[in-house]
Amino acid sequence: MTDQEQPHRRQQLVVVGHGMVGHRLVEAAIERGLTETHDITVLGAEARPAYDRVALTSFFEVGAKALNLLPRGRYDDPRVSLRTGVEVVAVSPRQRIVTLNTGEDMHYDELVLATGSYPFVPPVPGKDLDNVFVYRTIEDLEAIRKAARKARSGAVIGGGLLGLEAANALSQLGLETHVVELAPRLMAVQVDAAGGRTLSRHIEALGLSVHTGAMTEAILGPDRAGRVTGLALKDRKALDVDIVVFSAGIRPQDALGRAAELVVAERGGILVDERCRTSEEHIYAIGECAAPGGVMYGLVAPGYAMAEVVVDTLLGGEGTFEGADMSTKLKLLGVDVASFGDAHGTTEGALELTYADDVAGVYKKLVIAEDPEDGTRRLLGGVLVGDASAYGVLRPMAASGLPLPDNPEDLILPAGGGGGVALALPADAQVCSCNNVTKGEIEAAVDAGCETAADVTRQTRAGATCGSCKTQVKKIVEDHFAAQGRTVDRSLCEHFPLTRAELFDVVLIHGHRTFDQIVEAHGTGRGCDICRPTVASILASQLNGHVLARENRTLQDTNDAYLANLQRNGTYSVVPRIPGGEITPEKLIVIGEVARDFGLYTKITGGQRIDLLGARTEQLPAIWRRLVDAGFESGHAYGKALRTVKSCVGSTWCRYGVQDSVGLAIMLELRYRGLRSPHKLKGGVSGCARECAEARGKDFGVIATEKGWNLYVGGNGGAVPAHAQLLAGDLATEDLVRYLDRFLMYYIRTADRLQRTSTWIDQLDGGLDRVREVVVDDVLGLGTELEAAMAQHVDCYVDEWTATLEDPDKLARFVSFVNAPDLPDPAISFDTARDQIVPAPAAVDLGASIPVGAGR
Amino acid sequence: MTPVCGLDRIDRESGVTALVEGHAVAIFRTYDDQVFALSNFDPFGRAGVLARGIVGTRGDVSFVASPLHKQAFDLRTGQCLDDPTVSVASYEVEVRDGQVLVGGRRR
Ligand code: SRM
Ligand SMILES: Cc1cc2nc3c(=O)[nH]c(=O)nc-3n(C[C@H](O)[C@H](O)[C@H](O)COP(=O)(O)OP(=O)(O)OC[C@H]3O[C@@H](n4cnc5c(N)ncnc54)[C@H](O)[C@@H]3O)c2cc1C
Ligand code: SF4
Ligand code: FES
Repeated sequence: MTDQEQPHRRQQLVVVGHGMVGHRLVEAAIERGLTETHDITVLGAEARPAYDRVALTSFFEVGAKALNLLPRGRYDDPRVSLRTGVEVVAVSPRQRIVTLNTGEDMHYDELVLATGSYPFVPPVPGKDLDNVFVYRTIEDLEAIRKAARKARSGAVIGGGLLGLEAANALSQLGLETHVVELAPRLMAVQVDAAGGRTLSRHIEALGLSVHTGAMTEAILGPDRAGRVTGLALKDRKALDVDIVVFSAGIRPQDALGRAAELVVAERGGILVDERCRTSEEHIYAIGECAAPGGVMYGLVAPGYAMAEVVVDTLLGGEGTFEGADMSTKLKLLGVDVASFGDAHGTTEGALELTYADDVAGVYKKLVIAEDPEDGTRRLLGGVLVGDASAYGVLRPMAASGLPLPDNPEDLILPAGGGGGVALALPADAQVCSCNNVTKGEIEAAVDAGCETAADVTRQTRAGATCGSCKTQVKKIVEDHFAAQGRTVDRSLCEHFPLTRAELFDVVLIHGHRTFDQIVEAHGTGRGCDICRPTVASILASQLNGHVLARENRTLQDTNDAYLANLQRNGTYSVVPRIPGGEITPEKLIVIGEVARDFGLYTKITGGQRIDLLGARTEQLPAIWRRLVDAGFESGHAYGKALRTVKSCVGSTWCRYGVQDSVGLAIMLELRYRGLRSPHKLKGGVSGCARECAEARGKDFGVIATEKGWNLYVGGNGGAVPAHAQLLAGDLATEDLVRYLDRFLMYYIRTADRLQRTSTWIDQLDGGLDRVREVVVDDVLGLGTELEAAMAQHVDCYVDEWTATLEDPDKLARFVSFVNAPDLPDPAISFDTARDQIVPAPAAVDLGASIPVGAGR
Repeated sequence: MTPVCGLDRIDRESGVTALVEGHAVAIFRTYDDQVFALSNFDPFGRAGVLARGIVGTRGDVSFVASPLHKQAFDLRTGQCLDDPTVSVASYEVEVRDGQVLVGGRRR
């Protein structure tokens, strides 16, 4: 029966391979409505759903979960079914059937091959010994990690992009690491000879051994356990290594295609046309297994573009794949490396402009073409090693053929040059190569209502993959605002023409102590609900005074003003601090007794402590008297301040734990308790990589390693969740605390009002790298000052509730009515639900007037 | 008029709640020692909380921001500055010999 006889029959689209590109195809199909007419079945040979292979090396830090591209393990669209752990073993184009390794046959109307590539292992003697690995899948990395526990040293064969990543991984695993490269330089495909030398020097300075021009003759061994004992090199001394990782290139996984007699390109890869169609009408190939026009692309961005083209074609569109940019920028072992366009100057008549600073380890080269007619010069490509900050400007410039400015050397000279040169990119310049987003599309997203670079990233995906274009995206957004006269007004409110960070500095420099001094010197009017609490927070951060001290108490925001959280019916909640979530039975009993005696609703919070709700203003002192006497103190649930440092049980009890997470969490919570900040601050400490404390969902998260602690920053839950990113690894506790002191103080000083750490880091020029420079490398020389500010906070800390109970002036505010201090407010009443009180709808409306129709 | 408390019980730029003939009244004192009285009931949040809001100025107008969701009310009239269709009652109020006295509802 043909499709015409059954016009309503749903088409069956089968996708072989659930890697990055196969996954993108499905996403695009869902987004663009292909699933309205097609059922999609995805068959993946790996045991797990698609994951971010580009970020594979971060597996050791972040684990498999963070790399997962499909966290729920299935697509939300019910018309897509995903089967992992099944391999397609044959394709029969004439019958339109694929055969699975389970023996099943499956019919398709359209077939997409997205089988990727596999690591090439040269036929070296000894390649099958134990402890010889490749570097492609999470399973590979798991096996390497396991072997590394019992190994001392390792060699990576291959000094290309992936080889250096693998070397990075071995060195992170604590192995003495060798890189063996046959070519005379590292990253031969991307960088030139001088760039390669600079790169080698960097990598050697990090303690790795680089052997270029070295030919591997054999892998030596086995020892008694069947494992590697060394690596024999031609004309050189053998290397004494226990682990060998092959990274000698990749080969397209085109076996299925070959067996089905699809046409294969000369150098491998299934040959496809510009619609990514193979020599069979109903079979497409995309990603690394495909060779459009005979060329195989070993990067993810071209694969994504191919996925889009196939979806477009199936929808009846006209899209074609036109070849792709092979530019790359990466940070290898902390060294910036970028290569773009015609990096080797192969275009006829190309000129080269180079800048090298051997001391700083920087090498930059621009490849330029001069028009013989009018002499205009255009950028063709380039290489950047050691400092790739100009990449964001240069790559789109090369891609769009924009004429160069008069002094092209400014583009690569340090300081003031590079990224600093003002350049107008044309609208069709591609800014994000991973996701093929142009400058024009970014501007359109702003016009359509995006307010920040983060909004634009969500909307267009620009910046969402490798992240190397993020600064560029941000700049385009800001410039576009400026061009529309919409200078993003960053004043705090009508009373202060300053940002919070500027106000913070002004207060610090002048040593102001009160709102009156500050508003008289730098503002107008008497302030409002925005600037008054901001000033209160700044003064609290700098002076560590009591928030209810007479001179500043009328500045405090709702909750701070009564040291409790205001609830919908005008009552308050009480949250005593339970550092790290650890509590004795005696203290638990006290909380229970207080809650019972005052008739409070009791709930365990999401922050590992207990909330007592429904307390009236006038009850707060009596409740806290009981709590303070039992050794409790304020939990600052009401403050833009440190909330909790969540912990897991850790090594004391947990059979997996490698460090005492509870001990550290308590130490950190006690250290930073009471610290006022631009927004609330949360921390977490997990005793091992299983991450039971969800530390990476916190502003600062610490995860124990065998050697110490990994410190992550910039995480949060809430409406826009963010995973914290690694700031520094394997720290001793002392260094951890030092970096945290600096990090928190730097944030407190420079963030905007109500800006969580994640958004603060995003908007900093240079992002997380900048934070690392300031906090870890101390490039601003602020380290000691920030630590001293934190030391002062720690020294001055007093519990706010204890101090309040001791001061009649502060206590006088905790009354229901100024003329009937203990009379419960008759407007507050409660119902009961599940044996506890809950607010009853407000019964009395004392004189408010809301006209009919304006109800809310 | 009902005497409520001494003026010194109210911090400048803040409020207190008083019970006047069974009604909860929010009494505010501004930076220049003017005193105003509004109903304590926040018509948006539907709870008696206005006295606990932050007091400031918008242009020349002194206002209180509801502590629940920050809607601003003109201290002189009770008019909501964010929504012209909403207002809260205002009360007669004066200071005599350092004592704050509250009278009847204005409208
Ligand atoms: C009580 C609690 C819910 C519970 O019963 O579990 C709670 C209650 C409130 N949360 Fe929360 N949050 C509570 C845990 C959380 C968590 C989970 C956690 O901390 O692990 C989150 C997500 C993690 C995070 O913060 O990143 C959370 C994300 C928020 C947000 C969103 C923040 C954001 O950056 O997007 C808000 C809104 C805000 O702060 O602007 C918020 C705001 C609030 C406020 C303060 C709203 C308000 O202004 O009145 C709620 C009143 C607290 C109170 O006691 O009256 N709450 N809130 C939890 C108190 C934890 C504690 O012990 O201190
Ligand atoms: C360490 C590392 C770092 C990298 N860094 C970068 C980078 O910085 N930038 C960049 O652009 N690219 C980078 N890449 C390359 C990038 O990961 C690939 O270009 C991309 O993953 C290709 O996607 P794909 O879907 O074509 O192939 P893959 O992601 O390999 O997916 C193919 C999938 O198909 C499955 N499969 C194969 N045969 C069958 C079968 N017969 N039946 C069922 N399933 C099958 C495979 O198991 C696999 O899961 C890196 C790669 C690695 C390994
Ligand atoms: S994070 Fe690790 S140490 Fe902590 S509870 Fe979970 S498994 Fe145990
Ligand atoms: S270039 Fe990789 S995310 Fe934009």
